[in-house]
Amino acid sequence: MSDETVNQGIPAPQGTADIIETEYEIGQDNVEGTVGPFGFDIHNPVFAISGAAIVAFVFFTLALPEQAGSVFQSMFDFTTKNFDWFLIGSANLVVIFALFLIVSPFGSVRLGGSSAVPDYTYAGWFSMLFAAGMGIGLMFYGVSEPLTHFSTSVGGASSEGGMRTDWAPLTGALGNQEEAIRLGMAATIYHWGLHPWGIYAMVGLALALFTYNKGLPLTIRSAFYPIFGDRIWGWPGHVIDILAVFATLFGLATSLGFGATQASAGLNELFGIPMGNTTEVVLISAITAVALISVLRGLDGGVKILSEINMGLAGLLALFTLIVGPTAFLFAFFWDSLKAYVEYLPALANPFGREDVNFSQGWTAFYWAWWISWSPFVGMFIARVSRGRTVREFVVCVLLIPSMVCVAWMSIFGGTAINQVIADGFTGAQDAELPRQLFQMLGELPLASITSFIGIVLVIVFFVTSSDSGSLVIDTITAGGKVDAPATQRVFWCIFEGAVAIALLLGGGLAALQSMVISTGLLFTVVLLVMCYCIFRGLQSERAENK
Amino acid sequence: MYKSIMIPVDLSHAEKSQTALAVAADLAAHYNAPVTYVATTANTPGAVARTPEEFADKLATFAKEQGELHGHRTAAHSIVSHDPTSDLDKKLAGAVSDIGADLIVMATHIPNMADMLLPSHGGALSRHTDASIFLVRHSA
Repeated sequence: MSDETVNQGIPAPQGTADIIETEYEIGQDNVEGTVGPFGFDIHNPVFAISGAAIVAFVFFTLALPEQAGSVFQSMFDFTTKNFDWFLIGSANLVVIFALFLIVSPFGSVRLGGSSAVPDYTYAGWFSMLFAAGMGIGLMFYGVSEPLTHFSTSVGGASSEGGMRTDWAPLTGALGNQEEAIRLGMAATIYHWGLHPWGIYAMVGLALALFTYNKGLPLTIRSAFYPIFGDRIWGWPGHVIDILAVFATLFGLATSLGFGATQASAGLNELFGIPMGNTTEVVLISAITAVALISVLRGLDGGVKILSEINMGLAGLLALFTLIVGPTAFLFAFFWDSLKAYVEYLPALANPFGREDVNFSQGWTAFYWAWWISWSPFVGMFIARVSRGRTVREFVVCVLLIPSMVCVAWMSIFGGTAINQVIADGFTGAQDAELPRQLFQMLGELPLASITSFIGIVLVIVFFVTSSDSGSLVIDTITAGGKVDAPATQRVFWCIFEGAVAIALLLGGGLAALQSMVISTGLLFTVVLLVMCYCIFRGLQSERAENK
Repeated sequence: MYKSIMIPVDLSHAEKSQTALAVAADLAAHYNAPVTYVATTANTPGAVARTPEEFADKLATFAKEQGELHGHRTAAHSIVSHDPTSDLDKKLAGAVSDIGADLIVMATHIPNMADMLLPSHGGALSRHTDASIFLVRHSA
């Protein structure tokens, strides 16, 4: 009898890694069974509690819209008004910690063990990072945010009873068009650059480190092992994971809402299809159906391919706008914006004693809570595709490169729209509703119907990539970190996300959903800060093991 | 007639494959062919093992035990997949050519409505390989 092991497909020897010794067996708290012909393998109680709570939330919002509206509005106001300093300060700390990791000796630690090799090429990796991270947001805000900050800045500051009533960042730039552009772009880049990506990078790093190097399940709770020890497999861990499911699902459904309104606005501009609930419901259903196919085809066969298609299309659209738009202006605009960002960053990131309350609370604090509530989803997805990278490579690639791409994107789309206002006197984009601004801007360029069509396709495909990767993430968390649970569960979460988005869209509950996103974001900020400490502890033991 | 037998196994539910394992052993004895035990793992920690290496070791041990139990020649072939739930059929088809198997023995469930949405792995594999496939029902 000859016993031979053929390990084709196994990565090269993984080298040294500091596996955590724990009695916990992955899947030990799971419940397996069948419903009719469909199998399931779910974590008890994370699946049941998060599923039931989301159903209860949707029911409450739809059955008692007025009461729900006022409850959610107060939650929103309370969070952004009282905790703006906490959100702004925490995001700063996270970015500083991320930058520290790049230059520290921890940067050489490799995710997946000292000899692990990366699972994906740079192209596939970046596409997935980006498409999951902020796809629809870039389409939605790429034109509107630079334009808005520019307009409010040029309007200057105004106050009533000692309180600022305007929405301009910092002190604005009354009547000074040039400075208003710089301030507007600095504020935009601040919201889309290092800070959001720093947040994603740290959650992703924590999960990758504790999964690939420490051998713990791929769920958010694993990152807290250095603090809670084996208690993390009990209620403290259940609460963290349930919170992560809420944040992911609410964040996704909000995004689906944005995506549906923008795609429907685009279809209206291009083909005259009436905007409204019917169009949006049809869009969400169709997009969910495509996401379903993608999620069943899996990470490599579905999500990766769509992400790459989308990056290609987005690159083409940006290149086209750059070439047919005011090219020389845009190049200068990119560098000026970057310089303005560096110049204004200390003031914009100051958490205390802010006078521009509308901007710092209504924009910055809202964004930070939103990015943070998205971070379990994006972070977990990033972790899933980042095995084999060193910590330095991981942080540089997740923090710096996407930030630069965002600066370029915002400069091209925002710059073109601003140029249309100041050079051509065209205010169509500036005056349009938010979802229409991109299409108004494109409408002024050559081949408008083709580029607008590509714009709609991009919104839809970004929408699909968020929905399918979100379903994978929620499925993994609610299966106790198992990535090989029955496919039926992915189908369930994918349809559930679409259904929540439709229910809330029809019930006028998207505002409620945003309030929920902000509230979960605030809670997750605490989780995020503790996570940074856990990364530090985890990397310390990893370095010790490698010596 | 058959020179190399392949049997996909789910190490976390080996009890469900007992009939198929016995059938593979009978055929191995009949044709004097080696049996390669094939299993798929993700690169993340799972129920069976916390690293792909640990998984490969467990599969090798499993194959060895089967060889000692039934007295046939064995090999183990573990596959790492980014997404085992979706990639299984494709990875198994790849393993058939890697191993050079000409007969696959595989446990499968009785057809049901769910197969319309999510086809069974045995059915899917039969469409992607030239090798003969012996599907063994769980209840057999």
